Amino acid sequence: MERDSGPEGVRRALGRLLEAVLASRGQANAVFDVLAVLQSEDHEETQEAVRACSRLFGALLERGELFVGSLPSEDAVMAGSQGATRKYKVWMRHRYRSCLNRLQELLVHPSFEVKELALSTLMKFVQLEGARPLEKPKWDGYYLFPRQLFKAVVEGLLSPEDDCSLLLARFREYLEHDDIRYHTMQAATDTVGRVTDRHPEVPLTFWNNAFTLLSSVSLPSQERGISSFYVKHGELPRTWKVVHLKEHRKAFQGMWLGFLKHKLPLSLYKKVLVIMHDSILPHLAQPSLMIDFLTRAYDVGGAISLLALNGLFILIHQHNLEYPDFYRKLYGLLDPSVFHVKYRARFFHLADLFLSSSHLPAYLVAAFAKRLSRLALTAPPEALLMVLPFICNLLRRHPACRVLVHRPLGHELDADPYDPEEEDPAKSRALESSLWELQALQQHYHPEVSQAASVINQALSVPEVSIAPLLELTAFEVFERDLKKKGQGSVPLEFIPARGLLGRQDDFCAQHFTLS
Amino acid sequence: MGKARLAAARTRGAGAPAGAQGGRARPNPNPFEVKVNRQKFPVLGRKARHAVGQPGVSRARAVHKRTQTLLKEYKERDKSNVFTDKRFGEYSSTMSPEEKMMKRFALEQQRQHEKKSIYNLNEDEELTHYGQSLADIEKHNDIVDSDSDTEERGTLSAELTAAHFGGGGGLLHKKTPQQQGEEGEKPRSRRELIEELIAKSKQEKRERQAQREGALELTEKLDQDWKEIQTLLTHRTPKSENRDKKERPKPDAYDMMVRELGFEMKAQPSNRMKSEEELAKEEQERLQQLEAARLRRMRGEDEGSEARKPKHLSADDLNDGFVLDKDDRRLLSYTDGKMSIEEEQSGEASDGESEEEQGEDLSEEDPENSSDPDGHSDLESDMDSEEDCGRPSGEPRQALGEGTTSIGHRAQEAARNQLPYTFAAPESYEELKSLLSGRTREEQLVVVERIQTCNHPSLAVGNKAKLEKLFGFLLEYIGDLATDDPPNLRVIDKLVVQLYNLCQMFPDSASDSIKFVLRDAMHEMEGAIEARGRAAFPGLDVLMYLKIAGMLFPTSDLWHPVVTPALVCMSQLLTKCPVLSLQDVVKGLFVCCVFLDYVSLSRRFIPELVNFLLGILYIASPNKCGRGYTLVHPFRASGKNSELLVVSDEEDKATWQRRGLSLHWAYRLKAQNKTEANHTSRAWVGRQLHVDVVYISPKPSGAKCPVGSAAVFRTMTLSAQGHGAAVLPNTTLLSCLAVCLALVKGCTQFYSSLPSFYAIVRPLRALLMEHLAGRSHPPELQELCQSALANLEEPEPRCRPLVCAKSKPEPLKLFTPRLVKVLEFGRKQGSSKQEQERRRLIHKHKREFKGAVREIRRDNQFLARMQLSETLERDAERKRKVKQLFNSLATQEGEWKALKRKKFKK
Repeated sequence: MERDSGPEGVRRALGRLLEAVLASRGQANAVFDVLAVLQSEDHEETQEAVRACSRLFGALLERGELFVGSLPSEDAVMAGSQGATRKYKVWMRHRYRSCLNRLQELLVHPSFEVKELALSTLMKFVQLEGARPLEKPKWDGYYLFPRQLFKAVVEGLLSPEDDCSLLLARFREYLEHDDIRYHTMQAATDTVGRVTDRHPEVPLTFWNNAFTLLSSVSLPSQERGISSFYVKHGELPRTWKVVHLKEHRKAFQGMWLGFLKHKLPLSLYKKVLVIMHDSILPHLAQPSLMIDFLTRAYDVGGAISLLALNGLFILIHQHNLEYPDFYRKLYGLLDPSVFHVKYRARFFHLADLFLSSSHLPAYLVAAFAKRLSRLALTAPPEALLMVLPFICNLLRRHPACRVLVHRPLGHELDADPYDPEEEDPAKSRALESSLWELQALQQHYHPEVSQAASVINQALSVPEVSIAPLLELTAFEVFERDLKKKGQGSVPLEFIPARGLLGRQDDFCAQHFTLS
Repeated sequence: MGKARLAAARTRGAGAPAGAQGGRARPNPNPFEVKVNRQKFPVLGRKARHAVGQPGVSRARAVHKRTQTLLKEYKERDKSNVFTDKRFGEYSSTMSPEEKMMKRFALEQQRQHEKKSIYNLNEDEELTHYGQSLADIEKHNDIVDSDSDTEERGTLSAELTAAHFGGGGGLLHKKTPQQQGEEGEKPRSRRELIEELIAKSKQEKRERQAQREGALELTEKLDQDWKEIQTLLTHRTPKSENRDKKERPKPDAYDMMVRELGFEMKAQPSNRMKSEEELAKEEQERLQQLEAARLRRMRGEDEGSEARKPKHLSADDLNDGFVLDKDDRRLLSYTDGKMSIEEEQSGEASDGESEEEQGEDLSEEDPENSSDPDGHSDLESDMDSEEDCGRPSGEPRQALGEGTTSIGHRAQEAARNQLPYTFAAPESYEELKSLLSGRTREEQLVVVERIQTCNHPSLAVGNKAKLEKLFGFLLEYIGDLATDDPPNLRVIDKLVVQLYNLCQMFPDSASDSIKFVLRDAMHEMEGAIEARGRAAFPGLDVLMYLKIAGMLFPTSDLWHPVVTPALVCMSQLLTKCPVLSLQDVVKGLFVCCVFLDYVSLSRRFIPELVNFLLGILYIASPNKCGRGYTLVHPFRASGKNSELLVVSDEEDKATWQRRGLSLHWAYRLKAQNKTEANHTSRAWVGRQLHVDVVYISPKPSGAKCPVGSAAVFRTMTLSAQGHGAAVLPNTTLLSCLAVCLALVKGCTQFYSSLPSFYAIVRPLRALLMEHLAGRSHPPELQELCQSALANLEEPEPRCRPLVCAKSKPEPLKLFTPRLVKVLEFGRKQGSSKQEQERRRLIHKHKREFKGAVREIRRDNQFLARMQLSETLERDAERKRKVKQLFNSLATQEGEWKALKRKKFKK
């Protein structure tokens, strides 16, 4: 074969070869040339070869010129005395297989274009094979899906070495189809199990890839939704599993449980927990199976516990989970960092839900209120603007706790009876205390905070203040609000004339800093 | 049309009740004609308006009225000619004829006396005598025109009359018989008579004419004479005119002087010069007033009530705050530069002194530094100013006299003289920068000053806007200076005064500018937080802006349009920016200082500040046990930065002396972090920081720098094993720690009165105990620790349980009925006045409408009746006529038949 230089030449040469092979079976050996280009180092050439293969084998599949059934070994057939057609078909099928192997290898190619092209070609083969199966059906109406091929694709996607997030994003388009999704779930379960078995130390990239794939699987919420199939079939018998949402759910559950039973890296834990409540739990066939995972996460502490709360809440609320010492643990979660973490809004939203029951004992609510107001002494203004109404709401809901802000017949105390170190809210003696912290916050430098803290000076009004709009408040919003506010009259001015940057002698700045 | 007629009819009916309703006054004797509207039950207070009706009478009246009006119109319906009798009162039945005549006469008189022209004031009633105007008669000059026949006028001679009309003349009477007798005989005599008569009359006419001409001549002569006399009489007035003419041309010098003196502005009595004590007292009063206003704002009391307006605003006021008031004049006196000169001089003077004192140190300096004596002297001056803390602030002014010869002053003088005197206000930031770039500090100041004075708002209209812009440009310039390499803090220091002055003149635009730069800084930080979850400490410019905002505006207000956002901004800096390097520590501590200065008067609580100080103490603590405190966000209990401030070099500790942190630090280290290039950092260490080394530790810092300390401090200078590098950071670390401890002390002083003080400072106390327990600090620091701890160790005040303010007792429910004023019975109550009025009008309209419909119906009925009666009448007439005809025909027939019968009989 003469080789032209450049991708253009390669393309023309490949086109000629392609026509030759498709035109007559005698020219079949030209396939080797095509497959050779597939091994090329040059990206452009590889792409051309992939396209050529796609067209070639696509056409052959359409024509049914590939051997159907379990493939005998090449040498045996060649040596045997079967008909030339059969020999040709077996031979071609072997070429097809080697092409597939090469395409799988290309899935981890450094160039994204090549990867993408390989993926789409493989998916095209999946579609064609599904329409004209290369296996013989075991019985009439047996559902045939090119499982082997598809599993190989998924395995290629979940590479332990390379970050495939871009390719996975491309693959997400195929996940729209119900059959692809179903088989992806099965293949992913399989692959995760195999990889974790094989490697004692599973690399982080694999986990990330796996999570990306798993999290992009989203089930439809209704049975009727299952109607789009990648591999077209005339009619779908009810016996096929792909048709039923229940089967999908089972596969989904198996996939996630198989994934989560392994020891995951910490960052992945957070990611899983973040999507747990709205993408995973509702689609599980049996959500209570997540209990183990969630309780373990809740025990980890810190931000992970905060995130696990959401999933736990759904289990408690909708699936009758009995969780001993739930409130005690929640109480333990309250430390100064809750005002600074990213998930502050989510946490306080849930805490509001948990503490909304009017059947909670007064000592518990009092302990929470006291703890929160203690923590408020270290909080930034945007968090204070949220937590102060939160505390006041607690007091409103539980009139028994109003003694915290109104104890007309109380004696003077030597010290605050509240014990901040105590982990058990029952023993913290919060009910004997008062919320002096809020009184201190009335001296806060931000006027809105001090105003919010001054609410306790009067008898609390009956209706609760909705904290929902305050949950997502950021310091920047507070800043913008302050900037936009207009005072009446002109801006008040400092009357002591400035003498210089560090002009005033009694300033801290002037005392501790020098200009040079 | 019907309506209009009805209305007319109604008014007429109302107008003439006396005659028509005469019968109503007497009680109707016939009980059958009375209809009683029975009431079902009596209602108190209601007036029954139509209790009794007389249907017969009212129907008769209505019919009568219709015959008067409607019927008349009906009868005249096809007639185009209308006879209108406009005589006054012709149809009025109430007037007697005499009255009518009198009234008509009076009207006629009035019509005559109507003024012909409203502008003619003299027009009076014209009096007449026998129809002749008295004024005409009185004129007497009944001039007879020559060509008109005067004979026809009223004064005819008797002869003429007799001759013409033949009446009354005795002669003629006598003659008539003669004439009758001798008519035929003497016809000529009559002709002669007539001719004679004509001649006579002609002669008479001529005579009269001559007489009249004579009279005319006489009057003319008289006029002439009168004119002559008149000139004699009025000779005085021309004389006075002449005198005026004479005076004008020659103004007397003396007079002029007198006038001038008279009109000259008298010196206004002014306030006497005030003595020093009085001035001081006034100043004190002013300050007290301002302080009271500040306190009010701090407590957040109503600002509107105390916002004072200028007492009087002139119409020419430019509203630029330029008021020639006493107070303002004081403030404005800064703009002419005097005040700043004094400042400058005092500073420079102390510089001079310090230079002498520290002269021996110069030899040890780096070559580069010694080549820049000014910078060096600045350093010293700051040391001095530190020591000067106790000195009263008034002293610098006294130093004015002594410092006149100082170098700085001379430099400024030179600058003043060299620079042009007028500058156009810069229109853009680039312009300002080009004006200021390349000039020395003093020159820059002078330029800014002169821009201000040249463009004072009182000088031209657009100057206000120019100066407002100048504020923004200066602010930007300061930001640039702060981010320069090296930051030019000295210039900023001086420019602040200018900023303050501008801010006093234009508070609103100044606050807008500062808000703008703060918003910029926050935007940048917000972007970083969005992207990475955390933000780096901003550059020195933002810190400068924050500091300047605190100097221009009162920081103690409960709410202030600039200060409150600045506070939020600082809170963000302290909570969102992780402390990764020593430079971050310095910046953070500076922000802490500014923050604490902001609340130094109002003593407000800043949680972030306590957290940050806790974090700094933590990273400076060598042996952490971690009990009794929890770190808050930007700090982590473990990690590579958790020992950032730990000092382990004993020697450094021994030689450390307490002194101020340099603001340059905040910048320098940043540059080093940015470049990350080892050689740069080494060069930096060698070049820049060595200066400090020399001052801080007089002993030449050794090459025996322990590797350990450098390792501890690896985040700062990984490659700082060069000579002296490690010593310097260590001392700086200790200085940072000292500042931190001082801030802790300040905090505890401020917040000791807060209710939960103990809970707030508990973590601080735990950490301080750790520090003390370590006993690893220099003695001075130990002392500082002790004193800070002493404040914290105060016994917790007794806690009084919280009690809500007593709310107003709720009033008991009372059972007295609610009283509602009933305005009108039978009406819907409780609606508003407008609604009631509307309802009333609607009701009225409805009633009127119904009434009108009824009237129209009745009219139609009446007309129909009339038409019917007409038709009947016509029919009857016709019948009658037909009958008559038949009768006559029958008679004729009868006669004819009788005649025929007669014939037959014959």
